[in-house]
Amino acid sequence: MTKRYSIFSLARNALSHHENWQEAWRSPQPQPEYDVVIVGGGGHGLASAYYLARNFDVGRIAVVEKGWIGGGNTGRNTTIVRSNYLWDEAAHLYEKSLQLWEGLSQELNYNVMFSQRGVMNLGHTLQDMRDIVRRSSANRLNGIDSEVLTPMDIKRRVPVIDVGPSARYPILGASFQPRGGVARHDAVAWGFARAADQLGVDIIQNCEVTGIRQVDGAVTALETSRGLIRTTKVGVVAAGHSSVMAAMAGLRLPIESHPLQALVSEPLKPVLDTVIMSNAVHGYISQSDKGELVVGAGIDAYTGYGQRGSYGIIEGNIAAIVTLFPSFSRVRMLRQWGGIVDVCPDACPIIGKTPVRGLYFNCGWGTGGFKATPGSGWVFAHTLARDEPHVLNAAFSLERFYTGALIDEHGAAGVAH
Amino acid sequence: MLQIECPWCGACDQSEFSYGGEAHIARPKTPADLSDQEWGDYLFNRENPKGWHREQWCHTAGCRRWFNAVRDTVTSRIKAYYQMGAVPPEEDGR
Repeated sequence: MTKRYSIFSLARNALSHHENWQEAWRSPQPQPEYDVVIVGGGGHGLASAYYLARNFDVGRIAVVEKGWIGGGNTGRNTTIVRSNYLWDEAAHLYEKSLQLWEGLSQELNYNVMFSQRGVMNLGHTLQDMRDIVRRSSANRLNGIDSEVLTPMDIKRRVPVIDVGPSARYPILGASFQPRGGVARHDAVAWGFARAADQLGVDIIQNCEVTGIRQVDGAVTALETSRGLIRTTKVGVVAAGHSSVMAAMAGLRLPIESHPLQALVSEPLKPVLDTVIMSNAVHGYISQSDKGELVVGAGIDAYTGYGQRGSYGIIEGNIAAIVTLFPSFSRVRMLRQWGGIVDVCPDACPIIGKTPVRGLYFNCGWGTGGFKATPGSGWVFAHTLARDEPHVLNAAFSLERFYTGALIDEHGAAGVAH
Repeated sequence: MLQIECPWCGACDQSEFSYGGEAHIARPKTPADLSDQEWGDYLFNRENPKGWHREQWCHTAGCRRWFNAVRDTVTSRIKAYYQMGAVPPEEDGR
């Protein structure tokens, strides 16, 4: 049993120079059989395993991860958390997630550094402002905090931004969600992993799934790089590799994988204490606790699995940021990277069953999955345990692409991750 | 930066091109006869392979003509170009 983290454990371990901390989770050998196997050890997969073990009694659970946990998109995003989505279905799902974020550090006994510093979406055109007022009103009707700010409100909160009329794309206003913010991405994966491990979940790293065995249209086992694992229930949470996993089961998904880039600057003194996003100029930026400016770009138009994007994308992205913050033009960028995002035609996830019995997918989060990590795990755990969707993810089935009941969140998802 | 060889203009920067997605998706001739499943499959489902991908490109900022390419989605190396409507080259052999 892992010891709880507290001020006392910190003090006790300080006496031994922090050399005797217990490992946060075990590294067990895969068992020959599990009741449920989650494929993908990112934030969503680990959260699914945690809530499955915490909220339900389903027996033995394993998470298999081909690399190391949190090494995919969980460690590659810009850590923004918000719930200001337009449509009821999406708003309820992301709001559930935001509510879980608010208690997550206590729940997991792990500091995920969730900082509700607010998220601002800028408007640069009259149509932007109409959309902002509409979305903000829709949010408030759904009980989600949202305000509409004037350029002077924005300037008061963010002195470094250029709201002048001579800007290349003058800022006309913004929507603001005060409860939004950022979290420490690695800590989210580690916190869920540690908490799931404490509940008996086996987290098996360096274990790549190479095949899905079926008999009569039902899952019977997973072929992995560490041997055969028998199971009748598989939850695939593989983000950019969802189509690859689906192909193993003979399925095709309405998903295309694209590279999405982000970059960080050298550490600066505190200059930006909220999150700024702009769909029109296509950029988003926040400042980490270390002082780095964290900047997110857009996806490459072409598909790719290479975990790197094209230079033209970050060039345009930085141009957009400098338009908003002229003083950042002399900031040096330190690192740049890419992750592979699974983009759905309606910019909403697919969480639910597949035509193969015992095979469930949680995918299609596209460019904005990080914010949904706890909520995604919550509803997917329910779907796996009960063999039917939670009320919050019923609308996010694969069937919606056949019935036509799409949930078009391009406005809220857009650039705003 | 990725360079793409337009069959008409030669090698140009990728930023001159628009991506047209998966190639060889034929619009059903009689859409009214399709089930919802078949229509949804045509509209939305994609191969999205990790590896060689037959896809469409348009030289938007050049000759504005469409063509097909076979590209590795991991390395972005393009091994073959061929015209719209042509039979795709063999996929094997990196």
